[in-house]
Amino acid sequence: MEQAEKRPGVNPKEEDEKLGARGKGLAGTGCAGSGLKSRSTPQEPETGAGVNLEVQLGDLTLPNPVMPASGTFGFGEEYAPFLDLNRLGALVVKTITLEPTPGNPPPRLMETPSGLLNSIGLQNPGLEVFLREKLPYLRRFTPPLIVNIAGRTVEEYGELAARLSAAEGIAALEVNISCPNVREGGIVFGTVPEMAARVTATVKGQTHLPVIVKLTPNVTDITVLARAVEDAGADALSLINTLQGMAIDLETRRPALANIVGGLSGPAIKPVALCAVWRVARAVKIPVIGMGGIVTARDALEFLLAGARAVAVGTAGLVNPRAIIEVIDGIKAYLQEQGLQDVNELVGALRI
Amino acid sequence: MQKLEAEVVASIRIGPDICLLRLKAPAIAATARPGQFVHLRCGEGLDPLLRRPLSIHDSGDGELTLFYQVKGRGTAWLSRQHPGSKVDLLGPLGRGFTLVSGRRLALVAGGLGMAPLFFLARQARELGNEVDFFYGARNSRGLHRLEALEDLGIRLFIATDDGSAGFRGPVTALWEKQLKDNHYDRAYACGPRPALAAFARLAAAAAVPAEVSLEERMACGFGACRGCVTALRDSRGEKYYENVCTGGPVFDVAAVCWEG
Repeated sequence: MEQAEKRPGVNPKEEDEKLGARGKGLAGTGCAGSGLKSRSTPQEPETGAGVNLEVQLGDLTLPNPVMPASGTFGFGEEYAPFLDLNRLGALVVKTITLEPTPGNPPPRLMETPSGLLNSIGLQNPGLEVFLREKLPYLRRFTPPLIVNIAGRTVEEYGELAARLSAAEGIAALEVNISCPNVREGGIVFGTVPEMAARVTATVKGQTHLPVIVKLTPNVTDITVLARAVEDAGADALSLINTLQGMAIDLETRRPALANIVGGLSGPAIKPVALCAVWRVARAVKIPVIGMGGIVTARDALEFLLAGARAVAVGTAGLVNPRAIIEVIDGIKAYLQEQGLQDVNELVGALRI
Repeated sequence: MQKLEAEVVASIRIGPDICLLRLKAPAIAATARPGQFVHLRCGEGLDPLLRRPLSIHDSGDGELTLFYQVKGRGTAWLSRQHPGSKVDLLGPLGRGFTLVSGRRLALVAGGLGMAPLFFLARQARELGNEVDFFYGARNSRGLHRLEALEDLGIRLFIATDDGSAGFRGPVTALWEKQLKDNHYDRAYACGPRPALAAFARLAAAAAVPAEVSLEERMACGFGACRGCVTALRDSRGEKYYENVCTGGPVFDVAAVCWEG
């Protein structure tokens, strides 16, 4: 695995440096990604000739609009045998909680038609271990590193934000207020607009990093939540998290998951996700990262047209660890086929 | 660990729903160890969605052999693949059995648990071990590859629940009888979880170091999703969840939390 210094453009520790470096980043990718190309393997050039894949999520610059979805990407190292992590639009790690979280009892998984039902329960080694053992590895790669966080209380979200902001090499925080698989906190913060806003404002108050808030589809009107967190200062939104679901084993007459209910992901949820992205992108001014059932570049392109500025690949990566690379290459090929110079031309370009 | 397209060399039905699949996969076969598994795409579309983990039944000469039961749509699709067709697989995955040499070993297989233990038995013999292989099934129709097992130069002990072949009763009871008169340096098992729990109790009582291969529903197979966990106990007796795909599928029986 290739190693490289963290791209200065995504190290937001010093505002001045960030602004200057972001300019460089744009110039670099503007001419066929030369800035990134030098760090990628020669077999896998970052951008096609004349095609710009770079996108902006507020102050955050992504070399291309495709990232892994939190919770399906471990801490990056799991995917390293299969792909060059430097090719991704961003690195997005599994949810970090303040204390180590053991997760839910097994069975945690059940396959459903074109879908995956899970109740992992945010299993993670906790903030300390993340900072000590996972972050140094992740820092070696060039794409911006987005760290997903979840707290049991509003204060815990704030503490996580403060302590992660003090660490080097993190480009943005993704605030998970939408996990359906934990008893404390989790989805409660994501379904009540006032709570979602409080969490967002608290995190914003504790960090200089861009704050992305991840929304749940398990609400009556997702645009209400989207506006609430936008008003509270969110810099971007990710949607959607998993849909609450259930499966039953007819042989044992028991729930297929030990936790009884879980979160549904995979191709089965794509139409729901696409609809949520389209509705939210029209309801807010901040950028939206679309996710939910993206398997191919064509899926990703639908999300961009619906208004997503970037996309995340989740469950598909568990089936095909190279899916994310195939999506990046497919978007590039589509742009070339269509004679487009810039992926941003597609964002929100849905014709109605 | 590789992701590759492997060519089907042979797909042989050896029982009404039991198949042997031989795949040409030199890169995986060269490094595969007993107890490891491969993760196969079983279909071209999005349903079934997930890969299917199958333990490596044997490996050598650039080929992998898999032994599996047709249980659902994925394995049914796999059983229809003919020589020459390509199968997408990841492997070798997971941690295998601890190999020793010049020892006396007991291998205890329940039903399909024979699959990974065949590869272990062959390598254990090549390393100069004496191997007693205990193989149990519901009835004689559930016993497979008996000749191939005997060809390994092992001592084969058979048990069936209905007594239609060999000892009548669970295979662990057959092993328990042998444990009374024989010393084993190590023991290995694969099979249904209740049988493995019984195996673990017997191994502990006889102070035989023992390992089991566990099964759990799996999504990625390479440690990213944390979906296929099993409960283990650490050195202080604290319970925690470990991935079966990367922490296992082979575990020391002393580490496994058998009560759940």
